[in-house]
Amino acid sequence: MDRILFGDNQFFGVNHISDEKSRQQLIKFKNDAVILETLATANAAGVGTFMCTTYARIGSIAQAMKDNPSKYSNYKIYPCMPYAHKYANAVTELGMLGALKSYMPGNIFSTALKGGMAFISKDYVKMMELMVDAEMKMFEGINTPVIFLQNVVTDLLLGLQAYELLAAFHAYVQKKYQAEAGFITMNLPALSEALHKVGIHQPIICTSFNKEGFRMSGGREAYEAVLKQNNCRIIAMQIFGGGFIDPKEAVSYIKNLNGVESILFGASSSANIKQTVAWINA
Amino acid sequence: MNKVKLALIGLGKMGLSHLSIAGAHPEVQIVGACDTSVMVTDFLKKFTPFPCFDNYKKMIAEAKPAAVIVAVPTKYHFEIIEYLLQQKIHVFCEKPFTLSHAESQQLTALAAENNLVNQVGYHNRFLGTFIEMSRLIKAGVLQELHHFTAESYGPVVTKPHQDTWRSNANEGGGCLYDYASHVIDLVNNSLGNIENISGCLLKKIYSKNVEDAVYSLVQLESGLTGVLSVNWSDSTYRKMTTQITIEGANGKIIADATELKLFLKAPVKNEKYTAGWNIQSVGALQSPVDFYLRGEEYSAQFDYFIAAVKGLEPNAINTFAQATYTDKAIQLMKQFN
Repeated sequence: MDRILFGDNQFFGVNHISDEKSRQQLIKFKNDAVILETLATANAAGVGTFMCTTYARIGSIAQAMKDNPSKYSNYKIYPCMPYAHKYANAVTELGMLGALKSYMPGNIFSTALKGGMAFISKDYVKMMELMVDAEMKMFEGINTPVIFLQNVVTDLLLGLQAYELLAAFHAYVQKKYQAEAGFITMNLPALSEALHKVGIHQPIICTSFNKEGFRMSGGREAYEAVLKQNNCRIIAMQIFGGGFIDPKEAVSYIKNLNGVESILFGASSSANIKQTVAWINA
Repeated sequence: MNKVKLALIGLGKMGLSHLSIAGAHPEVQIVGACDTSVMVTDFLKKFTPFPCFDNYKKMIAEAKPAAVIVAVPTKYHFEIIEYLLQQKIHVFCEKPFTLSHAESQQLTALAAENNLVNQVGYHNRFLGTFIEMSRLIKAGVLQELHHFTAESYGPVVTKPHQDTWRSNANEGGGCLYDYASHVIDLVNNSLGNIENISGCLLKKIYSKNVEDAVYSLVQLESGLTGVLSVNWSDSTYRKMTTQITIEGANGKIIADATELKLFLKAPVKNEKYTAGWNIQSVGALQSPVDFYLRGEEYSAQFDYFIAAVKGLEPNAINTFAQATYTDKAIQLMKQFN
């Protein structure tokens, strides 16, 4: 994995500390061209990996990349699935089964054989696989060396102690996509323990890591203790605590931590992208 | 100390989320999880260590929980919670509390009679920004209050469709029960209980049987008046977004889940805030939790419930009694129409 990964929250108005900023970002990135331009800026600054949630709009970004192979041939995407609010809103509207039906690949009838079987036999692993395939469709023809499970699913399964499903996801993306599985979490110490329990060695874990302990469940010390065990490949996210930590101090803390392999950050402006990259590389 | 024996009834979106948070809690032993959907219980049987049931009375008899989380459709709350309280079991129930003010009063009395811990899942009250907002109001930093606006918007029903209990008002569906209840509860517990409805529009946008928006003029016990504006068919929001604006003689507070903005005309003694705008992000206001699933507030409300069951917290936040006032306001809004 590259030392620096570029995130997508700013493109889709995901802002953990201000709803107002969130709206400004949605306005700024209304057109895909502006997103692509920002990705090009990041690429020029030496950040060639884009880690993104599987929003519908990412489909057209991926398509634009495929249409311009000369421009994006060195570009890697790390997909993060699923986009949880899409499913959560569907459950509220359609109920659990209705939501599942509406999000099965294509529609439920066109996947009658595989999907129908999954329903009848209650083969939950197969259902997970079908949903992974549905989310991966938009990335056909793009280099996706690591495929992530979003924190809301990782952590739901973690709390349910359904560790085997985490292992099943890990096995499936390896088998089907020759990719490494990654797990996004807000609970690093507990997740690391769980993944090792089900035999995943050196799991890739993307987790909040910042000097203020923001969204670091169990506390910063417990997180730093995981780094010392040297048995995970850690991507640090939310290094600015969503934006309330002084950026220079935030980078200085994270870049000097032994055991953090990659740093994920997102920014809207060219100046902020270049500045953050420069701080990390300094 | 002994672990709290906990069971769950209802394993939909909220129930599963509670089960996960409970499953990660070191002081909780899950003795049962109950749902009538075989799809869900089969899943849990296969992948989790939790004992599953399809009949809650059977589960109570066999698993003997000390506390139960109720997350079934609201229509079933009364019957189930009454049974649990009669069995001397502490209850956490999802919001809204019940579909009738009278039934809510009955359950509140029953919980008090039996000295049982009771809590309703209005999770906003465990958010750092709203906690600080309530504290500032109590401390009187805005001095005399003039007006408030309580809003909530989100993209739940954004096209014509109707399939679930949420699209049936008799089961607790609709924007009033689902979305507006949160806002009403926040108003009740930070500003004072709603006593009168001066006007109320329950508007259908896409739904046929329930309202998709609630717009209301309300008056509190204190005489303070304000506006409620709630719409769950708003595609300009990515997820549910709740905001309270409070105007007073000494300034204004605007609070949502992510930020607290305070404008002070004059600084207030013993407060760190200065004249003009003060911005506090949730990152600086929120206490950390031991397990995070979908927001600190969900874990914090559960931690609080368990602490109350263990006698370590006073069971003073989101009680049945408080939720009963929320149900009363909902009923007043329905009657207005």
